[in-house]
Amino acid sequence: MSIFAPVQWLADRLTYNIFLFKPQSVLAGAVNFFIFDTLKIFILLAVIIFAVSIIRSYLPPEKIRAILSHRNKYTGNVAASLLGIVTPFCSCSAVPLFLGFVQAGVPLGATFSFLVSSPMINEVAVVLLLGLFGWKVALIYITSGLAIAIISGIIIGRLKVENLVEPFVYKNLANGNVELPQMTARERVVYAKTYTADILKKVWPYILVGIALGAWIHGYVPVDFLVKYAGSSKWYGVPLAVLIGVPLYSNAAGVIPLVSALTEKGVSMGTTLAFMMSITALSLPEFMILKKVMKTKLVLIFAGIVAVGITLTGYMFNFILK
Amino acid sequence: MKIQVLGSGCATCKKLFEITKTAVKELGLPGEVEYITDFQQILNMGLMSSPVLAVNGKPALVGFVPKVEEIKKAILKALESK
Repeated sequence: MSIFAPVQWLADRLTYNIFLFKPQSVLAGAVNFFIFDTLKIFILLAVIIFAVSIIRSYLPPEKIRAILSHRNKYTGNVAASLLGIVTPFCSCSAVPLFLGFVQAGVPLGATFSFLVSSPMINEVAVVLLLGLFGWKVALIYITSGLAIAIISGIIIGRLKVENLVEPFVYKNLANGNVELPQMTARERVVYAKTYTADILKKVWPYILVGIALGAWIHGYVPVDFLVKYAGSSKWYGVPLAVLIGVPLYSNAAGVIPLVSALTEKGVSMGTTLAFMMSITALSLPEFMILKKVMKTKLVLIFAGIVAVGITLTGYMFNFILK
Repeated sequence: MKIQVLGSGCATCKKLFEITKTAVKELGLPGEVEYITDFQQILNMGLMSSPVLAVNGKPALVGFVPKVEEIKKAILKALESK
């Protein structure tokens, strides 16, 4: 029995006993699916974001930087990618983090590992994957995301592209040793509550629309409808998915429920994974903002390496999970 | 005594600035709250998250906006620790 059995029970009662939909009708199925998924996702989001925020209050970016500036080449990339998981990230924090890391002496490669993993493996995406695709897909997503972050960072580190960083960045030296105010247990809870509420406020409309569309597709679109367009036998499925994902960042929360419904209708798993990674890791607004601190060429190198990594991952899982 | 709110100029930072002004007034502390939007100053302080509430140049609250009561406590704690 799933731990969401009570939620299913509630969704059934609402659908059949309160809204009085006829069981077995397509509409009832779609409504039931919508209620169940919405409740499940919001419960998961609230619990997991809160838990992650508590952990995060122990690991602010300043502490992460201190850990990273004492690392050598490869362990630095691994540590940066792992730490990226717990850090909050929006495109608005890309520049401050980049400056803060680089100016305090964190190597460029490790900084890029962090810039890849932090938005890609964020708790909202992971919760949606967990809730809509199950733990196996969520785990595959996290592990391959980490691999992409580590490898991209190592490659960028090897390329010696420090000259493509805007010169002003290296002129200022950030203070890498700061004594952070001690947070009390109460403050941590306030912080986690504020953060959870902020995120939920930001994403709920997208998620509702995404799940509603997903429920509609689930109910009305024939199974296998998309196999001939986006099945694993189509070579262009993965790169196309990566390309479409680039401008969709702000709507990641709404797109994932939609994608889960499309997967049911025949989009292959590798293509789905590549699409979601592209949505979270390749974000147009973030690239525009990063141009403030680095030359366009470096932004393109960064985006290109990550895009290739995601595309290869997509092909790989299309092949493995056939 | 110097109380500053530092941020990138985002809405959250402005909110912290407004609440801090209220907190300072309610505590009856002298002086104005300074609002700084130059991110390099946050970096120079050794921080990367915004907004920041700094008391006498030292960070007292970093990265989130609590209620006015919490801000008062944080200011008092920072003043005591000196």
